[in-house]
Amino acid sequence: MELSVSDLAVSLGNRRVLSHVTAAFQPGRVTAILGANGSGKSTLVKTLAGLLDADAGHVKLGTRHIARIEPRERARLIGYLPQDPIVHWNLAVRDLVALGRLPHRSPFAGASQDDAMAIGAALAATDTHALADRGADQLSGGERARVLLARVLAGEPQWLLADEPLASLDPVHQLGLLDQLRALAATGMGVVIVLHDLIQAARAADDVLLLKAGEVVAFGPASQALAHQPLRDAFGVEVMIVPDEQGRLLPVPIGRTR
Amino acid sequence: MNRPLLLILLTALVALLFAGSLVAGKIWVPPSVWFTGDPRWWIVAELRLPRAILGLAIGAALGLTGAVLQGYLRNPLADPAVVGVSSSAALGAVAAIVVFAANAPLVIFGAAMLAACGSMLLLAGLAWRADSQVAFILAGTVLASLAGALTAFLISIAPNPFATAEIIDWIMGALTDRSFAEVQLASPFIAIGCALLLFTGRALDALTLGEAAARSLGVRLARTQLLIVLGAGLAVGASVAVTGVVGFVGLIVPHLLRPLTGAKPSALLLPSALGGAVLVLAADSLVRLGPGAAEIRLGVAMALLGTPFFFLLLLKMRRSAWS
Repeated sequence: MELSVSDLAVSLGNRRVLSHVTAAFQPGRVTAILGANGSGKSTLVKTLAGLLDADAGHVKLGTRHIARIEPRERARLIGYLPQDPIVHWNLAVRDLVALGRLPHRSPFAGASQDDAMAIGAALAATDTHALADRGADQLSGGERARVLLARVLAGEPQWLLADEPLASLDPVHQLGLLDQLRALAATGMGVVIVLHDLIQAARAADDVLLLKAGEVVAFGPASQALAHQPLRDAFGVEVMIVPDEQGRLLPVPIGRTR
Repeated sequence: MNRPLLLILLTALVALLFAGSLVAGKIWVPPSVWFTGDPRWWIVAELRLPRAILGLAIGAALGLTGAVLQGYLRNPLADPAVVGVSSSAALGAVAAIVVFAANAPLVIFGAAMLAACGSMLLLAGLAWRADSQVAFILAGTVLASLAGALTAFLISIAPNPFATAEIIDWIMGALTDRSFAEVQLASPFIAIGCALLLFTGRALDALTLGEAAARSLGVRLARTQLLIVLGAGLAVGASVAVTGVVGFVGLIVPHLLRPLTGAKPSALLLPSALGGAVLVLAADSLVRLGPGAAEIRLGVAMALLGTPFFFLLLLKMRRSAWS
């Protein structure tokens, strides 16, 4: 099911953060949202996840308005990975990943066979099986990122919305996580991620949405959106387009636009 | 620790201490004379039984509320005092004593519950739709300060030294001389409050990941907040209304049990209710055993016993963090 926004406007307090945003995100593809700091990327992802109300316009999953979907059902359809990898208590990794099953469980119900299988699959997909009995406090940054991704995957959502999942990861783990997101999209899941790095976006994303001051500068296939003019408009930077070994065109920032 | 085993152990401990609470006191009443014509049996039936029931109920209420609030606020320092309900209930009781010169348990209870419910509604109103723990803590702290100031004001205008003595005596918290009248008054509110609080487990677990992630997992934070405000208001309000202020239980019990239950907030709720009952029953039995005719006040004893114990615990935690 397509996840779409139409003429969306969102405010935080009295400040208008997003205006006239229109875009349709496709399942089975990785869409990267990019933009300068404060351009409204996180706000857009939270609104897509149904966590913020729109002032105007709407967010739809297929033909249904996201605001009218009951929160638990919405949680089963859309998995959201927040920007800060917070874990407030020192939960064991297995319990942490099991939190992803909450929308599937009725109050006071214990874990079902389905829950156990989904948790096992999520641990396997993120290669975190070996960490299952460790406490969250004993994880490195990379391990924690993988475990929190496993938490979202355990919910078996149709959409995965991740806000800056690469922040605080070293290059190896960044590449690993991006490969994982691509693999998930290949299974038919819709993946929307907020990124900062133009090169990572060019490598991992099928589509790119560029935001500037809350408005869409460009939205389309990565090769078109990550071109000279849109990047000049969105970031005020000049880029050199360099092909990588697989022929993908990578935009390397080389200076500010004069 | 294995959860069923922990629950069985705690339940057994509650049963043991409940029986101990009927036996222990200035006059020991062994089980052999229970249900007989022995005059000592009436001490159990009329004085110690209601006292033990109340000890169990308020211990459970305070322990459970502490565990819920620590989970909700994601702060191991939270306790029922944070939401200001204890101070508000105390204010209600003090107002009844000073303004209406009341000394009937029903009037004092009614005033305390009224104040607890009023503060609860105010808290819900102040923090409503903020969906945020910061608004909740601020609103609770402001209410607690206001109630504290008004209580101090009422004490200062108390009409005579007897009223002042009665207020201070009441505020210190005790289970002494409580009857079945108080049990009947408080237990329904405590039971309903605890039941509401037990419904928060899933939301508390989800909040481990922060508010945004919890909402993305389908948790309605406003509803969770309402459950907590109502549950804590009823359970703690009714507890304070019959015993005065008994601190420390809500803070210390979840701390003691967390190493045994694991860190998952929902796993801590039922054990904390049982653990609270264990602590209050034990402390209330101990205060009766002191020398002299008078008893140490339960609230005072709890702080006196609890503080060094808590410091030891802190020291142990720091040592394990260092090693």
